[in-house]
Amino acid sequence: MGLEMTALLAVQDLHVSYRSRGGIAFQALTGVSFQLMPGEILGVLGESGSGKSTLAASLLRLLPEHGQITKGSVLFEGKDILQAGSVELQGIRGSRISLIFQEPSLALHPTMRAGEQVRQVLAAHESLPKRVLKEKTRQVLATVFPEEEGRISHSYPHQLSGGQRQRVLIAQSIACGPSLIIADEPTASLDPTTQMEILGVFQSLREKLDLAMIFITHNPALLAGFADRVLVLYGGRIVEVGAAATVLASPQHPYTKALFRSVPRPLERPRNGEKVKLPAIPGDSLPSSLPSEGCPFEPRCADRMDLCRKREPELIRIGGTQAVSCFKFES
Amino acid sequence: MQPLLNVENLVKRYDGKRLVALQDELSALDGVSFSLFPATTLAVVGESGSGKSTLALCLACLEPPTAGCIWLEGKNLVALGEAERRKVRPQIQLIFQDPANSLNPRWNVLEILTEPLRLQGKFNSEGIERRASCLLEQVGLSMHIATRSPAELSGGQRQRLAIARALAPGPKLLILDEALSALDCSVQAQIANLLMELQTSLGMTYLFITHDLAMGVHIADEIAVMHQGRIVELGPAEKIVTSPHHEMTRQLLAATPSIAQATRLAREP
Amino acid sequence: MRYFLRRLGHAFLMLIGVSLLSFFFTTLAPGNYLDEMRLDPQIAPETLAALRAQYQLDQPLPVRYVSWLNSLIHGKMGFSFAYNSPVAPLLMVRARNTLLLTIIATLFAWGLALPLGVWSAEHLGRLPDRLLSWGTAVGLVLPDLALALGLLLLAVKTGWLPPGGMVSVDFESFSLLHKLGDLLQHMILPVAALVLSSLPLLVRHVRAAVADVLGAPFLVAAKGHGIPKRRLLYHYALRAAANPLISLFGFSVGTLLSGSLLVEVVMSWPGLGPFLLEAILARDLYVVIGGVLLSTLFLLGGNFLADVFLYWADPRIRKENGAG
Repeated sequence: MGLEMTALLAVQDLHVSYRSRGGIAFQALTGVSFQLMPGEILGVLGESGSGKSTLAASLLRLLPEHGQITKGSVLFEGKDILQAGSVELQGIRGSRISLIFQEPSLALHPTMRAGEQVRQVLAAHESLPKRVLKEKTRQVLATVFPEEEGRISHSYPHQLSGGQRQRVLIAQSIACGPSLIIADEPTASLDPTTQMEILGVFQSLREKLDLAMIFITHNPALLAGFADRVLVLYGGRIVEVGAAATVLASPQHPYTKALFRSVPRPLERPRNGEKVKLPAIPGDSLPSSLPSEGCPFEPRCADRMDLCRKREPELIRIGGTQAVSCFKFES
Repeated sequence: MQPLLNVENLVKRYDGKRLVALQDELSALDGVSFSLFPATTLAVVGESGSGKSTLALCLACLEPPTAGCIWLEGKNLVALGEAERRKVRPQIQLIFQDPANSLNPRWNVLEILTEPLRLQGKFNSEGIERRASCLLEQVGLSMHIATRSPAELSGGQRQRLAIARALAPGPKLLILDEALSALDCSVQAQIANLLMELQTSLGMTYLFITHDLAMGVHIADEIAVMHQGRIVELGPAEKIVTSPHHEMTRQLLAATPSIAQATRLAREP
Repeated sequence: MRYFLRRLGHAFLMLIGVSLLSFFFTTLAPGNYLDEMRLDPQIAPETLAALRAQYQLDQPLPVRYVSWLNSLIHGKMGFSFAYNSPVAPLLMVRARNTLLLTIIATLFAWGLALPLGVWSAEHLGRLPDRLLSWGTAVGLVLPDLALALGLLLLAVKTGWLPPGGMVSVDFESFSLLHKLGDLLQHMILPVAALVLSSLPLLVRHVRAAVADVLGAPFLVAAKGHGIPKRRLLYHYALRAAANPLISLFGFSVGTLLSGSLLVEVVMSWPGLGPFLLEAILARDLYVVIGGVLLSTLFLLGGNFLADVFLYWADPRIRKENGAG
């Protein structure tokens, strides 16, 4: 297909598992496949245990020691990252693909100045004279802090606010001009107004730098007007994928539907002061409560059928861009 | 009806010598007043640094206020002696964002739950066990998990356990400081529902502190919007959404990503 | 700045306290230098009485303490009965030798402990780490004295190294370069003993501190930014693990110092060790007090150095102390 020719990133049949102390493997990702076009923003939606952070880490092979990619390929700009040697990998990390971690207060070195942390990234990938390096660091920081670049550069992380720390992380990630940024819950720990601000930064960077982005979040509301496509993960599998407009407006998988319903809608609150319960999804998505066979969502699903317990549904294309893994759509 | 809690002109100032670790989270209170009626919920909404966590600590008698009164059923907590205060303290329970930090990781569920019961000295060992299982049931957990450690529970289960433990001494007021913020959306809804159920069945009163205006509006009867240590807007939840007066409220509303807006936005590309 | 002034103030009070305690304890101990003379029938009681008066041994304790303080201020630190000379110049020569040994041993010990500890932490739980852990465990249970004696025995048997002393007999006739070489040769054995005795503990602490931060999110993040491994380990990890290690540094100066007193005695290094031992046996009061005070000073110096390092390494401490 012509699509594959131009894809920036093509993940094929990715399987990741974790060994626990008892030696029992836990499957964190099962057969995840998707593609990302240059400049595209893919929103990955998932709750804890969905494997969304595992996905972020495995794309750059940054899994913890007990995590293992057991199967699949990650083609980035034509090269399989899973086969790359350590030097090649080091050259890709931070330079071609950047990762922005969840907790800005933990992802920065506590006793290094912000400016130096950005400079280190530049220095790791380009051998530049000191003066040029300094100037480049200044420029990079200035793109996210147009007004107070100097002060921020000399500050230590503990002297910065959450939003400022997140901006420093963004500066690190764009320093070497990557073509893909993977952001794992980059706004989860921020205030709502700061959250909006950071989303705005991402938005403008994308326009300026023509970046592709994988934006991982648990909050579907953040993706509207931001992501081009949405991919919903549950229990380590893709349950729904499609154009953001379609998935957000008319979710099809029972999980996606239920998830969207469980989010409070302040504007739709009845005027008489009466409080109504939220349509919550029963149970939880802890690995231990996932079924060993059949559809992973089956125990919590309101529409479950006998079939759901027996085997796993496959991703079925419905409409132009949307695909859902649910037997309801198998004909 | 008499209010359960009456806060009058509460002031808390910190001089420069605070521990570094706390500086981020604690900010001053600058004359906060409100009343909270039994079996209702007041959501305190604001950004970090607005003073909402300081308010929680002052109300839970964990930080002495600089000035002002906290009336709980006619007793001014600020003026009470240490011995008196210790008697009143169990009536106000505090629940934090991440229960993993407030639950002893070396204890199992049952031990965590029975400790406050033992401290009360009201029950014999059999009574304690019965009360513990009753508490677990109340928060939607079963005795099956009694021997698990907090680390073996899911985030939602841990928060349920934290609620159960807070209920153990039979409090009148629960202060929930970002109690839902660390949870997944679907679990947030579960816990929110649980809180509403407990309000109906036990007549519980909540002070619900959050930066999530949407959840605040959903769960609360009244909303207090805090900004720089003051309450800048206070009113019925549905009014705050439909006709916000203060600039801060409008900002918070604008920054609240709502799924309803999201779907609407998505429909009109 | 206020931080350092406060620290210096603490150190000064500590010195006063130690001087008081050591003064009173040594003087209250039974017997003094003159008691031994008294047994000698050739010395007349009048001479003894005159000496007692000269050394102020007939005065009450507080008076003696004040006059000792006075002599301290004048740079004499009291009087040595055995050498019949002020204590300070006697001590200084020995202190210089001890410091030489301790400083070099400290440098070597840390210079080895840092890479070994980092290397061990990097291979945590794998074969190299386990081998090193075994090695350090053996080193920890081995008594310092046995280590020093063992090294000495090795030197004597093989004849590779001079078995003791600080310089050769005909040192004065050597050229400058030759002198230096001779000194270095004599230093190898005591320095090796000191380094080997302190290394296991240091390696274990470095390993633990670095292993602690290796899994930290900011290190994973740095790895994700493509920071090279060496830089990751030595620049990022070690820097983050610095605080406990710097405190350990202050402590290690103390242990190396006390260790060096022992090693000096065994290897007849003309430092404070043999000198103090001799003074204690002879009840040469002021020398003992001076030695104790000087050791305390070294210890405090080590800790002060650690404070300076800590202040420099961790911006959060600067903030906590209001930065002056």
